[in-house]
Amino acid sequence: MSAALAAVETFAAEGRDDAVVALVSKVYPMRSHTVAAEGGAAGVVPGGADTAEQHVADTLRGGAGLGHDDAVRFVVDRAPAELARLERLGMPWSRTADGDPAVRRFGGMTNPRTWFAADKTGFHLLHTLFQTTLREPSIRRYDEHVVLDLLLSDAPSSDAPSSGASRPSSGAGSQSPADASRAARGVVAYDQQRGEPVTILAAAVVLATGGYARAWGTSTNAGIVTGDGLSMALRAGLPLRDLEMVQVHPTCLPGSGILITEAARGEGGVLVDAAGERYLADYGLGPVTPVGEPAARQMELGPRDKLSQAFWHADRAGRTIPTRDGGVVHLDLRHLGKAVIDERLPLVAGLARRFGGVDPVREPIPVRPAAHYTMGGIVTTAHGQVLDAAGAPVAGLFAAGECASTGLHGANRLGSNSLVETLVVGRAAGTLAAAPSSPSEPLSSSGPPSTAARPASSAPPSSAVPSSQSQDPGEAALVDRARARAEHWLAMRGRGTESPAEIRRELGTVLDAEVGIFRDADGLARAAATLEDLHARYQDVRVADTAAVFNTDWSQVLELGAMLAVARGAVAAAIGRTESRGAHQRLDHPHTDDVARHSLVTLDAAGAVEVRWQPVDAAVSAAAAATPGKDHR
Amino acid sequence: MTDQTLRVTVTRQEPGEEPRDETFDVPFDDRTSVLDALDWIKDHSAPSLTFRWSCRSGVCGSCGVMVNGRPVLGCETTVAGYRTSGLTVGPMAHATVQRDLAVDTDEFLAKLRGVSPWMLPTPPVLQPAGAPGPHPSPDAESQDPSAVPSLDVLAVHSQTPGQVEAYRGLSQCIDCMLCYAACPVLDDVAGFTGPAAVATARRWDLDSRDDGNETRFLALAENEEGIWPCTQVGACTRACPKGVDPAKAIRDYQREALG
Ligand SMILES: Cc1cc2nc3c(=O)[nH]c(=O)nc-3n(C[C@H](O)[C@H](O)[C@H](O)COP(=O)(O)OP(=O)(O)OC[C@H]3O[C@@H](n4cnc5c(N)ncnc54)[C@H](O)[C@@H]3O)c2cc1C
Ligand code: SF4
Ligand code: FES
Repeated sequence: MSAALAAVETFAAEGRDDAVVALVSKVYPMRSHTVAAEGGAAGVVPGGADTAEQHVADTLRGGAGLGHDDAVRFVVDRAPAELARLERLGMPWSRTADGDPAVRRFGGMTNPRTWFAADKTGFHLLHTLFQTTLREPSIRRYDEHVVLDLLLSDAPSSDAPSSGASRPSSGAGSQSPADASRAARGVVAYDQQRGEPVTILAAAVVLATGGYARAWGTSTNAGIVTGDGLSMALRAGLPLRDLEMVQVHPTCLPGSGILITEAARGEGGVLVDAAGERYLADYGLGPVTPVGEPAARQMELGPRDKLSQAFWHADRAGRTIPTRDGGVVHLDLRHLGKAVIDERLPLVAGLARRFGGVDPVREPIPVRPAAHYTMGGIVTTAHGQVLDAAGAPVAGLFAAGECASTGLHGANRLGSNSLVETLVVGRAAGTLAAAPSSPSEPLSSSGPPSTAARPASSAPPSSAVPSSQSQDPGEAALVDRARARAEHWLAMRGRGTESPAEIRRELGTVLDAEVGIFRDADGLARAAATLEDLHARYQDVRVADTAAVFNTDWSQVLELGAMLAVARGAVAAAIGRTESRGAHQRLDHPHTDDVARHSLVTLDAAGAVEVRWQPVDAAVSAAAAATPGKDHR
Repeated sequence: MTDQTLRVTVTRQEPGEEPRDETFDVPFDDRTSVLDALDWIKDHSAPSLTFRWSCRSGVCGSCGVMVNGRPVLGCETTVAGYRTSGLTVGPMAHATVQRDLAVDTDEFLAKLRGVSPWMLPTPPVLQPAGAPGPHPSPDAESQDPSAVPSLDVLAVHSQTPGQVEAYRGLSQCIDCMLCYAACPVLDDVAGFTGPAAVATARRWDLDSRDDGNETRFLALAENEEGIWPCTQVGACTRACPKGVDPAKAIRDYQREALG
């Protein structure tokens, strides 16, 4: 939505009223998973003790060598302006007594710089943006439209021979090399409400489809966070970077994976094992701080990954409390007293009561780690420009938010850096996507780049030829291709024998067991074997429902396919990364390599997963070369 | 889940057809939610069963259903309490059924949009040349958009914690539409702007930064279906899972309009 608003503003600034932005989402936008973010969004408040340099340094330290200087700088420099802009749009930031937006401490951040709206930052951010988009008539929503595939002007070489007709007419200006001339032309989606496929032709596409942490069985993520955008990029022949980097949050409710925010520990909550001992002290997080006197970076306020790792050791050592959802430890808040719990941690208290079955005033909360945030994603520049396997920009294709790998988070994300990334990179991508004369704009000779080419109310792809002004020779071929893609996915209905629920369960179980806090060669090999088996079974997955409207049996199977594809990539990359770095910790390879490398996962012509390794320096220069207005350093 | 089972009746409906009830025996324990039960049915018995859900933690607002005639969030409601009564899950009332438990959301969003739920007047987009913000800093300087932002784009309103408190409660609305399902007025006046939209209008009016009261007041008070159909039964406030008090918001508007 940040991208959509930026695009509208860009159009307005140019005095254009012919352009529309299509906001496509498989759920109503205000249901998106950003709604669940609790803690806050980081941005240096000017004039105080905090500095952008420090925010950059903290972020790069968290990134453990895989962060990109320039991407970190880009987001850090623009973060305060985006948070202020949200304020002007009505975001109910929590305030200081003087009336300024308040900031709080957050894990890994040297200074307090996390802006927050009580413990519901993501909820308020999402609703503020959503309500603002309602204001804009040029933002046309395509709610409950499941995007099936990206439409690019040139099929990847692995596809059937691509028809020359689908090549865009070459614009006046620079001509890209033949093999790098792919450009985004739109998406093919399925309208769940009307029960028909829809082709949306566009001069630019911004993917903001979120992460893939729902693939793990125990996850803080909502059911819709299934890596769809990443799997579309893979199918389009584009690389995915650092998929093995998955952040595990230490304190979540068993079973449901519902997050109990770090703030509970910040307020003084303590973690104890089955014997009631502060076990963290035995795993390098000590010395023990007195109960009720938390100290920065120590014990319960140590880094998230260290806390998760301590849990793992304690669990192996038999120090956790067995439950049907695995071992748990206790997060004890009782000493805080009812008043503090209800006033400072209302959301946590409510979640524990409703979903954990305990009243934290009287009982400790059972918690265990859960998959939380996925650093891996579609390779982009800091502006969200998508890069292909050769490091060349794909014209008109952008990615922002958790689905993108901009180089901000590297091997581990700092809490509160991701919300702000969705805003900064979303805006940058939206602005570039709307720019009429962006250097990589392939459609400049084919009429005005209207972003959505047809209203929601017209017919399915067969007749989805957009307004005459944007006709170009490749369009008919494109519409044909869209129809073929839609038919391919629709053909899954009413066939198959393998239970999708069973595949989903096994996928979650094996990722939890083998691709979690610590990994080793044997476990990863088991995971790979299981995933190959699941992948094979998925080819015959059962979709019993044949209905056209709201066929969620089918759409959940599509989501399962996306999770499987991304998980296969993540496991392959985890096998190849024979070192420990950031969120990827190998028991059998505890050292960190001298040269930091990104993993790049692609699919070969036969659909097999391939992993390449790219030194971070090379990735940084490729991104710089693809960034408009910058010298090719 | 254990081997105890519970009888769950689901009111199902295909587009253009009559509703029909189907009954399932669902295993459960003390933590099983209505949403878990629906999932179990979809995975084991009726793959075509249609219902919305996402966050499973009471914050996305997707999973509203009627349980034994009362609107609730499926993810927040455990089934164990219905052990003796059994339970019937149906689509939310006062909304067009799209399929099974999925109901039309666009009508609600149109009502929400009708109250201009955004900052008024619209804050200017700060332009490269340094167009002033709502509270331009005295030392605002012009700047290049691709350069590091300077002070004017950092302009924010001042708002004290007390001023945030004034609208905090009303800003908790998750658009789940349970209050619409609960509201008896909608039996007769389908076009009634309704609880959540009025509550959200009030949220903006009570925000010290916003100046759109007149616009929203006109939309609500000069419109027969705005605030006037409400008879203050209070069902909306009782149904709300997030502690929003739409009944009070409507009452306050009615009082203002009556002078
Ligand atoms: C419990 C929790 C707490 C968090 N707390 C914080 C925090 O305090 N601070 C912080 O900075 N970060 C936090 N994070 C991380 C942060 O919330 C996310 O990284 C961020 O919100 C992701 O936003 P997004 O816009 O990329 O994706 P999302 O908000 O997930 O949105 C993705 C959108 O894409 C749509 N979509 C996906 N696939 C398709 C498809 N096939 N077709 C059509 N539409 C599709 C979805 O419908 C949705 O609208 C938290 C995450 C979790 C899970
Ligand atoms: S006011 Fe309450 S019941 Fe009504 S939509 Fe908002 S959160 Fe739901
Ligand atoms: S699933 Fe999100 S509110 Fe119930």
